Amino acid sequence: MIRLQNIEKVYRTSAIETLALNSISLDIAKGEFLSVMGPSGCGKSTLLNIMGLLDAPTKGDIKIDEQRTDHFSDKQLAQFRNRKLGFVFQSYHLINDLKVLDNVELPLLYRTSSGNERKKLASAALEKVGLSNRVKHFPSQLSGGQKQRVAIARAIVGRPEIILADEPTGNLDSAMGSEIMDILLQLNATDNTTIIMVTHDEYMASKTHRLVRLFDGVLVQ
Amino acid sequence: MLRNYFKIAIAVLRRKKFFTFISLFGISFTLTIVIIVAAFVDNMFSAGYPDINRDRELFVSRMQIRSSTNASSINAGPSYYFIDHYVSRLKTPAKIAILSGNFPVTTYLNNKKQVTSVRSTNDQFWEVLQFQFVEGKPYTKQQIDNGEKVVVISEAVRSNYFNEGVAAVGKYIELLNMQYRVTGVVKNLPSASNVYADIFTPLTLTQEDMHEPSLVGGHTCILLLDSKANIPKMKEEFNQMAAKVPMDDKKIDNKIFDRKLVFADTFLESFVRDFHAGFTEGAGAGVDIFILIVSIFFLLFLLLPTLNLVNINISRIMDRYSEIGVRKAFGASSRTLVYQFIVENLILTFIGGAIGVGLSFIIVQVINSMDFMYNNRISVNFHVLSFALLASLVFGLLSGVYPAWRMSRMNVVMALKAQ
Ligand SMILES: Nc1ncnc2c1ncn2[C@@H]1O[C@H](COP(=O)(O)OP(=O)(O)OP(=O)(O)O)[C@@H](O)[C@H]1O
Ligand SMILES: [Mg+2]
Repeated sequence: MIRLQNIEKVYRTSAIETLALNSISLDIAKGEFLSVMGPSGCGKSTLLNIMGLLDAPTKGDIKIDEQRTDHFSDKQLAQFRNRKLGFVFQSYHLINDLKVLDNVELPLLYRTSSGNERKKLASAALEKVGLSNRVKHFPSQLSGGQKQRVAIARAIVGRPEIILADEPTGNLDSAMGSEIMDILLQLNATDNTTIIMVTHDEYMASKTHRLVRLFDGVLVQ
Repeated sequence: MLRNYFKIAIAVLRRKKFFTFISLFGISFTLTIVIIVAAFVDNMFSAGYPDINRDRELFVSRMQIRSSTNASSINAGPSYYFIDHYVSRLKTPAKIAILSGNFPVTTYLNNKKQVTSVRSTNDQFWEVLQFQFVEGKPYTKQQIDNGEKVVVISEAVRSNYFNEGVAAVGKYIELLNMQYRVTGVVKNLPSASNVYADIFTPLTLTQEDMHEPSLVGGHTCILLLDSKANIPKMKEEFNQMAAKVPMDDKKIDNKIFDRKLVFADTFLESFVRDFHAGFTEGAGAGVDIFILIVSIFFLLFLLLPTLNLVNINISRIMDRYSEIGVRKAFGASSRTLVYQFIVENLILTFIGGAIGVGLSFIIVQVINSMDFMYNNRISVNFHVLSFALLASLVFGLLSGVYPAWRMSRMNVVMALKAQ
């Protein structure tokens, strides 16, 4: 599903160069649930952003679904992200001024779909994460766990094949974290969604199919 | 998609009430000023009572004679002699109005000092200009030729000289120690009118200096054409005639003046030529340059509020930094976001524009009701409104494009890190 070959990422600022990723090669199969662990600053988020086409590698190739992505225009990238990828962030990144339902509809806005259809799909996604009774709420009226469930609903509403989750349980207590983890496991099991999750929690990681560890931009293991 | 942009835009504007208010305030205030200025300019240049045929008239209002040996020149209206001998023999005009400059005359009425503005005209003046007579009629060619002492007065003069409700026609008023008989009363002229006066008298041919064969003399003539299409033909005929008018004639002025400049101009051209008397000799009077300069001034005037709005817009975007990152992550292309933002900004400016139009309607009412420009009635008409529309469009685009461009260059990862 995702194939990384010799990925290198260098951050250049005026003062220093940081080698955030060093020659990373990784194959992720369709339907796989992969967790990524490593100490802070080792390059986990950078790796995820590159897989999510939010950032370009300095060197190396990425293939998603057998497609090379390095020649994509901004518009093609946007479309590709819209169809294939769903993101879940540690700090939820919900749009505070939009109601829950509108937040979930967001990815569908950049497709050609009618308002009714959008509502239907968004409601269905919210039902999946068990938040049907909060559609009219604003994000500020939700708990952290509820916010993250809304974020997951938003990530899955467009039925992407891949979900990239950067510390989805990082801001939550263990009970709420487990709830979120259960939702992700469920998604992976029933819809065969490929999931790549960055985590600091060994227990969460142990529930996934495979675990890779990063250390200073290098894959160990 | 556009409907979507629209919905999002309205939602965003409603969410950020403070920004929206500040922006709307700036936009509507700026556009109100633009509209009011445009209304004044429109009032000045477009045809209006009594000069309603302005688009098919040419004005001969300046005669400049120059010396090629030294820098001296005389710049004034053409003489009656020049108009009578040369201009009135032209074939193209349908009618030719001749008028003197207006001069103040002090009269005493019931021992009260009154200053009125007087102009002498020929008979065709009354055909070229469309006066509304509330009483009587204009003086005729016959009356002028006979040297009759007759006048046409404005309503304002009538109410000063005569009792309310009394007919003025046939009565006499005293000007410069002579009695003039009133033949007609016209509706008051706007003070900004190009033919403004309170009292009109015949160009009395008995006046000695009127026949003096000089080129410069302080008159104006208005050539009324059958149609606007005749303007180029008229100008050509005029220029040919003017070229033939001799300068070296001993009788004409002082012979050191060996060059002359005189043109038949449209109203705008004659205005521009007056504006920079002597700068351009061309027949176009430099109208293009004038319009260019005015437009530049206009843009400069808009620049400050535009920069202000650009600033507001940038902070509006920064405020939504992480939102933009999220939208991009979920499939919005830079272009979509840029369009979205520009639409948002255009909607904002048009709402501001609409408020501006409303405000200017009110202000125009107030200006007109205060009547501080004496009979000048400015109005927010179709011209002015289309100008306002154009101004809002320019304003909206100018202030939206740069912030939108900045937004499109935004790094998604950075945007997502922002909280
Ligand atoms: N925009 C940037 N400019 C310069 N350096 C950067 C930038 N983003 C990340 N880095 C550097 O790259 C390295 C990897 O950062 P990254 O965010 O991928 O770490 P991480 O493994 O996700 O850490 P954490 O667990 O704290 O989230 C770090 O040393 C970081 O300082
Ligand atoms: Mg990270």
